[in-house]
Amino acid sequence: MELTPKAKKTMVTAALIGPAAIWLFVFMVLPFFAILVFSVGERAPAGGYQPAFTFDQFANLGARAAAFVNTLTLAPIGAIACLLIAYPLAYYLAVKVDPRRRLLLVSLVVVPFWTSMLVRTYSWMYLLGARGIPHVLELIGIENVRLINTPGAVLLGIVYGYLPLMILPIFVSLEKLDRRLLEASADLGAKPISTFFNITLPLSLPGVMTGVALVTILLLGEYLIPQLLGGGKVFFIGNALVDLFLQSRNWPLGSAIAVTLVIVVVAVLLISMRIAWRFAGTRQIDLV
Amino acid sequence: MTSASTHNIEFRSVSKTYGSVTAVSDISINVPKGAFMALLGPSGCGKTTCLRMIGGFEQPTSGDVLIDGRMMNGVPAYRRPVNMVFQQYALFPHFNVEENVSYGLQQIRPKLANAEIARRAGEALEMVRLGGFGKRRIHEMSGGQQQRVALARAIVNRPSVLLLDEPLAALDKKLRSAMQFELQTLQRELGITFVLVTHDQEEALSMSDFVCVMNAGTIRQIGRPEEIYDHPGEFFVADFVGKTNRIEGTLEPGGKVVRMADGGALAIVARPGVEPGPVVVALRPEAIRLEHRPARMGEITGVITHRVFLGSTAEYSVAAPGIGDVLVTADHKTMTESDLIEPGATVTLAFDPAAAHVFRGTANQVTTR
Repeated sequence: MELTPKAKKTMVTAALIGPAAIWLFVFMVLPFFAILVFSVGERAPAGGYQPAFTFDQFANLGARAAAFVNTLTLAPIGAIACLLIAYPLAYYLAVKVDPRRRLLLVSLVVVPFWTSMLVRTYSWMYLLGARGIPHVLELIGIENVRLINTPGAVLLGIVYGYLPLMILPIFVSLEKLDRRLLEASADLGAKPISTFFNITLPLSLPGVMTGVALVTILLLGEYLIPQLLGGGKVFFIGNALVDLFLQSRNWPLGSAIAVTLVIVVVAVLLISMRIAWRFAGTRQIDLV
Repeated sequence: MTSASTHNIEFRSVSKTYGSVTAVSDISINVPKGAFMALLGPSGCGKTTCLRMIGGFEQPTSGDVLIDGRMMNGVPAYRRPVNMVFQQYALFPHFNVEENVSYGLQQIRPKLANAEIARRAGEALEMVRLGGFGKRRIHEMSGGQQQRVALARAIVNRPSVLLLDEPLAALDKKLRSAMQFELQTLQRELGITFVLVTHDQEEALSMSDFVCVMNAGTIRQIGRPEEIYDHPGEFFVADFVGKTNRIEGTLEPGGKVVRMADGGALAIVARPGVEPGPVVVALRPEAIRLEHRPARMGEITGVITHRVFLGSTAEYSVAAPGIGDVLVTADHKTMTESDLIEPGATVTLAFDPAAAHVFRGTANQVTTR
């Protein structure tokens, strides 16, 4: 049977996106619908879900306000802390370092990914725990320092774990920055600091936005770091969900929280994309 | 530091090396105020390095660079009274046309009034005939328009010297010749020194007052375009600037005859100072006439192998024994009247002995492209 060119094209498209589409539908769209349905249901007396149509669970979100507050403060603060550390380093790697050593140094940024995040965060648990740094401080006479299970410990874990994800997109945007633009700026009389704020920074903003969005979104769903370094004291939405689904078996409230989290993530994504696009739109020109 | 100098730019024994690679070797140039100078040479000859040393993007390894009599060694680009039109323009993609052009004015301290900045940027845009384009985004402009934005941006601060790095390389042929005129006109209107870097000999010859031919990090010849073309100082210059035929042989005592390898003789007039011995003769294609008659003493004959019609002229390739292929350019109109033009015809290559340039050296000693 001869296929028309149009039919052929449709089949190629289906073959290219089909596997991913099926995967996403089965493991993402369907579960999300289940969660949506759960979120308007009721907790069965023995735990779990029983059908209903009520927004009580959403009205009840306040019961887990601490998780929302922790997540919505520590995630952006963590992302900004990552940014403040990552930008100078990415700038150094992309602009200042000897090109022959650049590849080596950039790969060093990625090296931590060779070890499991769990193992690395676990080691921080020991370092910050009573027998770690506080113990050393005690030996030199500084007593009663508590590090583990504090917001500071969670923040430290966040910056430690997510820094590479912030460095890489910023590095990429700085590295492809046309050096002649910097020369042109200097040529027109701009001092180096002025060149940085007028040219380098604005043109690297898409990388900055990518890094901030990436880290923030991942942090909004973070579970491991607050679990290990926050103990039961500093917990995120992710930890609350685990608790609701597995311990207290209140699936509808867990679902309502999950739905709210998804809405927050989408909002963050849309806002950062908007900002990134506003700058990206002016970067369409090829400067090769 | 200041010396009474009419030289706008001065290079005093300037060298620049990168590790073990020498980019520029012991160069001295004086560029008078208001001149239009072209640095011409093949890629890698050091011309761009020279330009970048004037702009302040490179510092000489040894020697001094002076601008308006002031020592520039160690002075960064942003403190030099020099502006540059970059290759591929290097316009700021996140600014619109007006913001690009006023960028240099924004950097002036104490700050200029906004109205003054807008007025001067507008003037510069008018000069390059882009009035009314101020609010356009850079990527909405064509290549030729971007080129003029780059020009406006570079002249807005009224620099003492304007540097142009292959400014026309990215334009198509028609636009390029239009811009050549515009650049010349602009240079006269502004009265500031232009230094142009190019590998295109036609561009260098047509626009500049002085051409500085460079090769392998050294200056081979400086002069007015006509001098460079008509009186090349060495074979490299003759070969690089315009087309040329290369004929090797031995100059006989008396300086009137070059004996070729196959025993044939070429009548030439050697300049005083060219010693008898191995020489290379450069002969321009347009200096040769194709004639349908037996060769006289000191002339050569050949067989026409190809003809390429170029519009106003035609190019002939003539196979001459003992020399190889000789390129001849003839005025199209005069040639079509004759019947010698068809490939296969045997012709005599006639030329004025004084039009041949004789240089010392053999094939191995002469640098070519």
